[in-house]
Amino acid sequence: MFAYIVRRMFQSVIVLLVVGLVAFSMFRFVGDPIDNMLGQERTQADIDRLRTELGLDQPFVVQYAKFLQGAVQGNFGVSYRQGRPVSTILVERAPATLELAFVSGFLAITMGIALGVFTAIRRQGIAANVIMTVSLIGVSLPTFLIGILLIYVFSVELDLLPSFGRGETVMIGSWSTGFLTASGLKALILPAITLGLYQMTLIMRLVRSEMLEVLRADYVRFARARGLSDRVINFRHALKNTLVPVITITGLQLGSIIAFAIITETVFQWPGVGLLFINAIQFVDIPVMAAYLMLISVMFVTINLIVDLLYYAIDPRLRVDARAT
Amino acid sequence: MSLLTIQDLTVEFPTRRQLFTAVDHASLSVEPGEIHGLVGESGAGKSTIGAAVMGLLERPGRIASGQIKLGGDQISGIDAEAMRGLRGKKISMIFQDPLTSLNPLFTVREQLVETIQTHLGGSDSEASKRARDLIDRVGIPDPDTRLDQYPHQFSGGMRQRVVIALALCTEPDVIIADEPTTALDVSVQAQILDLIKELAQERQVGVILITHDMGVIADTTDRVTVMYAGKVVESGTTAQVMGQPQHEYTKSLIAAVPRPTLKLHRFPQISYGGRETRFAIEDMARHWPKVNNDASKPIFEIRNLTKKFLQKRGLLPWDRTYFTAVDDVSFDIRAGEVFGVVGESGSGKSTVARMIAGLYAVDGGSITFDGQLVSDLNNRAVQDEYRKNIQMIFQDPYSSLNPRMRVDEIVAEPIRHHRLMQGADIKRRVDELLDQVGLGSEAGLKYPHEFSGGQRQRISIARALATQPRFLICDEPTSALDVSIQAQILNILKDLQEHLGLTMLFISHDLPVVRQMCDRVAVMKQGQIVEVQGTSDLFAAPRTEYAQELLRLMPKLDDLSTDGLGVEET
Repeated sequence: MFAYIVRRMFQSVIVLLVVGLVAFSMFRFVGDPIDNMLGQERTQADIDRLRTELGLDQPFVVQYAKFLQGAVQGNFGVSYRQGRPVSTILVERAPATLELAFVSGFLAITMGIALGVFTAIRRQGIAANVIMTVSLIGVSLPTFLIGILLIYVFSVELDLLPSFGRGETVMIGSWSTGFLTASGLKALILPAITLGLYQMTLIMRLVRSEMLEVLRADYVRFARARGLSDRVINFRHALKNTLVPVITITGLQLGSIIAFAIITETVFQWPGVGLLFINAIQFVDIPVMAAYLMLISVMFVTINLIVDLLYYAIDPRLRVDARAT
Repeated sequence: MSLLTIQDLTVEFPTRRQLFTAVDHASLSVEPGEIHGLVGESGAGKSTIGAAVMGLLERPGRIASGQIKLGGDQISGIDAEAMRGLRGKKISMIFQDPLTSLNPLFTVREQLVETIQTHLGGSDSEASKRARDLIDRVGIPDPDTRLDQYPHQFSGGMRQRVVIALALCTEPDVIIADEPTTALDVSVQAQILDLIKELAQERQVGVILITHDMGVIADTTDRVTVMYAGKVVESGTTAQVMGQPQHEYTKSLIAAVPRPTLKLHRFPQISYGGRETRFAIEDMARHWPKVNNDASKPIFEIRNLTKKFLQKRGLLPWDRTYFTAVDDVSFDIRAGEVFGVVGESGSGKSTVARMIAGLYAVDGGSITFDGQLVSDLNNRAVQDEYRKNIQMIFQDPYSSLNPRMRVDEIVAEPIRHHRLMQGADIKRRVDELLDQVGLGSEAGLKYPHEFSGGQRQRISIARALATQPRFLICDEPTSALDVSIQAQILNILKDLQEHLGLTMLFISHDLPVVRQMCDRVAVMKQGQIVEVQGTSDLFAAPRTEYAQELLRLMPKLDDLSTDGLGVEET
């Protein structure tokens, strides 16, 4: 077990290094940050001086090495646009994204599993079929369109919920939370639904098809033959078996909730890291982009590791093999 | 009064196009302590009767007429909740495959306690104690530790004991055992059947034993009901039905059962129901390259063959552990003979076959075919020639044919791969092959799913013969088939040996089949060969203890009628 985790950590580090390398090789094509940083009155000398100062005259491999050197010491450089350390900016922005991701992830998982189980058990029912049809919309509509529709209905027409921003926030240490104020909670609703809807429908459809598969399994038939009640069979025997494959996909989806918050954050002007990243791309703010990409890959890798460990927790077949080793 | 009475039961499955009658006016009854065999081929409706009694008919199936009575009370047509109360409490069921009938994510104790509490209530500790007693009763050693293990930690036979314990949880009156031993080895099968017999006696439970295996019926049951196409064709005491079958179908079914004590020239074709198939292997001989089988010279020399599988992966080489599947195995196969390999599952017999076929690389030892070393998979030139000369027929006719390929493409593939023919010649050869295995050339235009298991196995044979090989590897070629179909396939294989001079490696766990097919037999146990003998010698006088044990556990079929069989030797 321990050897397994060590091996996975080792693999994760390689993944991170490769992600960084690819990222740095791409930055040259995004644009030249010097153009944005110096005004109209620049001279060639200014440009050359700044380029040398920022190390942009070096090949990208060298730039990457320098970035890594700083990163292992917790120093991600200084933002070209804001002139402040990137780590400070990230700490400011991360709570907004994480809170949004947490709420929409929670929504997606609970609703997704509940609806998935419901539609699987009541396969023939009218309600289940309506849900299945509606879920198609969730899968096929792009996020920004759902966001704009929600803003139009609930903010513009009904004037119930705010259309942008986080509302009032409260600082707990260096963490700014919107959970503690009424306006903060209200502001969360629309973005959370927008961000989580796609994941929810995906999880729901996945749970449904897995559940239908499991309900046909011999051990479910045998459980019925032993006279166990439908409730026990559906929610104890079938659900637990359903979750084994669902966990993988769900784990990856949670990663993408954080990574793809970009679109939702743009639509709702949510002051999170996604919005930060979009602005960084427009300005070719290399330190911010690099730090953001690394942060996202760390999250993906961590979630993947957690997913694999969850397998052990749920499936005894893996657990015993691991003990034997 | 009978424990369970089924009267005039008709079960229908309405489909979009027509009404399918799965069970047609079937009647049978079970007495306390009696084991009632229900025998028939797949699709005969025997499992449907079991499902109807349990109230577990798959939708849209329904009981159209007739009655099921349990100790005088009618149980057919009662509402779902009342039926659930009976299931597991008064009637229990044992399923075929112990590997899939237990929930893998719960311990044995959890599954037992849950079932006991559903029907009898009581505290956790009472239920736990009862669970322990049951596990002990069904013969699982060390019940205290075993209770808290998960199903995957049990072997197949032990799992089936757990399943039986679950079925016995609440002292049922009737147990329906649907092919309870089909997925098990012979030795384990004997133990499980003994346990069922014992429990039926001890607890005066009525058992309906659904099976397609005549050996199981002859050894275990008191009475037997034979079904064909949804109808009961014959019913009576086991000795009577097996010894003097009255109905034509029963007669032909019994004739098709391979006997451990007799060797037949050919199996009689089952003629009942117009399912006779003609095949013409003799025709093939005209185009077949003449083989000169010098029986004194071995075609295969297998020396010190070893295969290890990685059991535990490790970062460091000395952290890894290996499982030796085949351990220093040596034997010869003589030209023109059928060489059998028998053994229980996990004995390494299939691994040997796969190494000979070049599907697994050899970890040690050598394979020599016709004087040429063929165990070096990197020698392309030798491998190409060798692979043309050996072909394989697999166990499962469902997964061994690509469902997206048409049958003529499947049969033509080896010809195209080895570039043996071009254009129209290929089509002619494929049509001939399909004709000769009795499918007709029009079968080439269909897809595998349009064929039954036996027909698919004949497609496999046609494909194997496409390159005109000298050697066939048959890995359990009939264990997924009904007896009558098995007889047909075995007849074809015998023809191949006789008319085309093919040499075969025949792998099976079914000793009577081996008795019919093989000239010499190797007995394998835990990766090693314990005995190699001529077949009749092995069956008459096994030298090793293990072979004696295997033969002792094999179902005896002495009581079966021998009418109309062409006995070759006894």
